[in-house]
Amino acid sequence: MGNLGQAIHIKKEILIRIIKAFLSNDFEEQARLIPYVMRPKGMEVPYRCCVYKERAIIKDRTIAGLGFPIEEDDETISLAKYARQALEREEISDKNLTVLQAACKGCATNRIYVTDLCQGCVARPCINSCKFGAISIVNGKSVIDDSKCKKCKMCVNACPYNAIVKVTVPCEDSCPVGAIKKDETGFASIDYDKCINCGKCTAACPFGAVHERSQIVDILKALKSDKKVVALVAPSIVGQFPGTIYQLKTAIIKAGFDDVFEVAQGADVTATNEAKEFIERIEQGQEFMTTSCCAGYNQLIKKHLSEIEPFVSDTKTPMYYTAEIAKKHYPDVKIVFVSPCVAKRAEGYENENIDFVMNYEELGALFVAKKIQITELEETPFVTESSKQARIFGYSGGVAESVTMALPDEDMVKPCVINGLNKDSIKTLKKYAATGKCEGGCNLIEVMCCEGGCIGGNATLNTQRTAKKAIDAFADNSEDIPKI
Amino acid sequence: MEKISVKVCLGTTCFVMGGSNLQELNDIIPRKYGDKVEVTGSNCLGLCSINWEYSKAPYVKVDDEVVHEATVEKVLSVIDKKLGI
Repeated sequence: MGNLGQAIHIKKEILIRIIKAFLSNDFEEQARLIPYVMRPKGMEVPYRCCVYKERAIIKDRTIAGLGFPIEEDDETISLAKYARQALEREEISDKNLTVLQAACKGCATNRIYVTDLCQGCVARPCINSCKFGAISIVNGKSVIDDSKCKKCKMCVNACPYNAIVKVTVPCEDSCPVGAIKKDETGFASIDYDKCINCGKCTAACPFGAVHERSQIVDILKALKSDKKVVALVAPSIVGQFPGTIYQLKTAIIKAGFDDVFEVAQGADVTATNEAKEFIERIEQGQEFMTTSCCAGYNQLIKKHLSEIEPFVSDTKTPMYYTAEIAKKHYPDVKIVFVSPCVAKRAEGYENENIDFVMNYEELGALFVAKKIQITELEETPFVTESSKQARIFGYSGGVAESVTMALPDEDMVKPCVINGLNKDSIKTLKKYAATGKCEGGCNLIEVMCCEGGCIGGNATLNTQRTAKKAIDAFADNSEDIPKI
Repeated sequence: MEKISVKVCLGTTCFVMGGSNLQELNDIIPRKYGDKVEVTGSNCLGLCSINWEYSKAPYVKVDDEVVHEATVEKVLSVIDKKLGI
């Protein structure tokens, strides 16, 4: 979870204020006032140099909350105008992230740096360890020539005084595909051709500089219209809010939606289809198959790992099947997918049945703005209850277990889990694709972009441990998935 | 000695604004203080409707003391102070 305290707190508070502004009689003026309400005249300044900079940064964050890219803001447009443009907007963007570059200023560039702890020793292991001749001695101490340094960290490991450190840029470090970089001006920016929308940078930045471009205004507009709007809630939503899932359903309806579907319902279809496909592939002689329900992984395949495609299940995601079911039930309806992560925004954008994606933070903000006390509500049942296994799709290992349990003979499968995409696990997947074989003879690989699975998504609200407990308690009271 | 009572607000605002993490207290408090401290979840304590609104949520009440922007560490240190640790 991206639980970096205050930065996340501010983002949520801004979302609440945007929703409250929308629900007021004067959205534009109330939106304009957000930075002033949050940082009123005379207030002690919590983080930055002065109240004016605080307000400027809150304005930038509000721009993202209204769904616009912060990078394109030229500072002359008022939040009132942004609010109006958000209301007039008919289309949503396929670019889901935006960087608040003003916040990047506090973050040093990625480099290897010799600290004052350098003793200027005689052995000079740093110089000997460097293959690029980047280290020299100036005034008796080691100095690194940044133009020659390749950031290999050999000197960091060689120094017996731990005097050499790697200054890291958390967003760059967290990105598994090198899509976010601080450029020479010191500002981070995202290369959307490489970005897999995993949201790891959003969670990693201690300044909270990477924002999701929210669709909350578009969703509020849909809720206000005459059209029916239904919410599809991902399995990982259990444990993200107080109360039971059935109280949560009531709360979502109270917030203005017409109906709520459990995405676990689609997960049952995914697990069943994937089990069938698994048998076919193994019978055809393929050594292994990977799951295909994680949106971040699917983006990775598309942009960086096409060689693994032959091994990836063709089965659709739980979102896909649930949206299909919802559309069949209500033909003329707007569908909002309620998601733990930014990657599902990309998937939702590509799925014609999905109109909008709202993350857990945004749903939480909607409840707060509408003063909905979930634990005090009645329970509303689902028309179709999902299986125990579908309900654990949201944590790492759950998908593999579902497929296994759906198979007639559980012994035919040897599952393993890629628990989080990072540079190492991507290398492992590349190796499997190249050799056509998976280590340890495993034949079903569950791939989860986030460590811990969906409960580790960037927009989750609870710790993984308590979230998993809540999911297990709920799943344990559900029926097993039928065998194929 | 009377038990110290810790009430973790499970109102929507507190939970969404970070109170979810405070559920960890259910495990930590009995382990650390035995039966000297009692921790319970509570429906909305009504604190988010007073002047700070949600900007200071999540809230926890340790006896009569309101802990705002509560974290596990903050709550434990308030308990420690009360117990004179």
